[in-house]
Amino acid sequence: MRRPPRSLSKIFMAPAVLGAMTTIGLIAALAGDGIWDVIGWLALGTPPAVAFWFLLRPTV
Amino acid sequence: MVSERHSVQAKSVRRWSWVHTWSSLICTAFLLMLCITGLPLIFHDEIDDLLHESVPAAAVPAGTPAADLDKVVAAGMAHAPGEFLQFIIWDRDDPNVALLSVAKAPDAPSQNNRMPRVDLHTAKFLDAPDVTGRLTYFLLVLHSEMFAGLPGKLFLGLMGLLFAVAIISGVVVYAPAMRKLDFGTVRTRRTRIIRWLDLHNLLGAVTIVWALVVGFTGVVNTWADLVLRIWQSGQLTEMVGPFKGAAIPKNIVSVQKAAATAQEKLPSMTPSFIAYPGTAFTSTTHYAVFMRGNTPVTARLLQPVLIDARDGRFTDTRELPWYVTALLVSQPLHFGDYGGMPFKIVWALLDALTIAVLGSGLYLWVKRHKTVRRETRAPVGHTAKATVP
Repeated sequence: MRRPPRSLSKIFMAPAVLGAMTTIGLIAALAGDGIWDVIGWLALGTPPAVAFWFLLRPTV
Repeated sequence: MVSERHSVQAKSVRRWSWVHTWSSLICTAFLLMLCITGLPLIFHDEIDDLLHESVPAAAVPAGTPAADLDKVVAAGMAHAPGEFLQFIIWDRDDPNVALLSVAKAPDAPSQNNRMPRVDLHTAKFLDAPDVTGRLTYFLLVLHSEMFAGLPGKLFLGLMGLLFAVAIISGVVVYAPAMRKLDFGTVRTRRTRIIRWLDLHNLLGAVTIVWALVVGFTGVVNTWADLVLRIWQSGQLTEMVGPFKGAAIPKNIVSVQKAAATAQEKLPSMTPSFIAYPGTAFTSTTHYAVFMRGNTPVTARLLQPVLIDARDGRFTDTRELPWYVTALLVSQPLHFGDYGGMPFKIVWALLDALTIAVLGSGLYLWVKRHKTVRRETRAPVGHTAKATVP
């Protein structure tokens, strides 16, 4: 159970990726219609999807 | 040496944790109100369509020319006797409809204007709904100013800034909390307080960027009135030049002519709205025809063309200064209304997750607060039992 503390880059890896996805989603939908909107939905939809995946997965 | 560094780190974590606690606590009640009223406001068009009948405009094939604006105005104003037209607005959601914004006087405040709708192609009056009686209007006023006017707006802006501080300090205290945990861990078998802490950390980490963007663009929106005032006394005054302060003319030239002149000056742009002389968006003697771009990005950006309302002559046109452009760009990023229905649904999910972050944060504070109080009151021998595992 005991293990060495995680490094800062490890701790912030997932939040940084989700933050980048959010940014891409916000900008893509603003940049155009059609395919840009679809990119917007998928990219901005990733963070909530990840949240629900962790919330609903079998308990640890 | 090592222990000294640790104690410095511990001190700094305690400080950031204090900032996180108090910046959050002060703004939480207001942020909860904003997130809860904001949730239905994401879908305000759909809610209005559901709750209120409106007369649809005639379906016309693409490329049908618009009716003469003077006829559009005449049709609408026939249903607003004794009132004054302040703005003609091209409805962004329905390209077949013009909204006429009318008030009791040409230079009266505009926030409670009536809005007769007119068909842009047939120049037929459609209806004049009283939007101030609508649920969405109530929610919007509560959300943007809590029925307290400009002070209410600026106060909510301040709460938004505290929210930004809470998010940033939250990122700092996230690191020590997660040193021994994988991302997304929710320790469901531990005590309730740990489970809620894990939830708070997971949902907070997921919503950081969205909450910062929506929070900060909301703050920028609270400055809209100030931005308008700076523009009035800056660029608008420069453009108006010697005409400043003249009386509102009794007879003004055809608005169709003014719109056509503006279109000639900026042929690659489309009219967005026209401000009549005496309103907040122009001088007392000019029509201001606000033109917008045609691409999804530039459609939000405006450029005013000033037309002398006494003789129809072109006076000036300039690109808006950066601070107005910043306001115009921040609006869609706050409303989330620019990517269709799936985008709105994702927006609503992120809003709901933010409500959960606020709620869990409040819960954690209440629980810890109680624990600490019990600890300080309990006899020395019992403190170990009361501390959080």
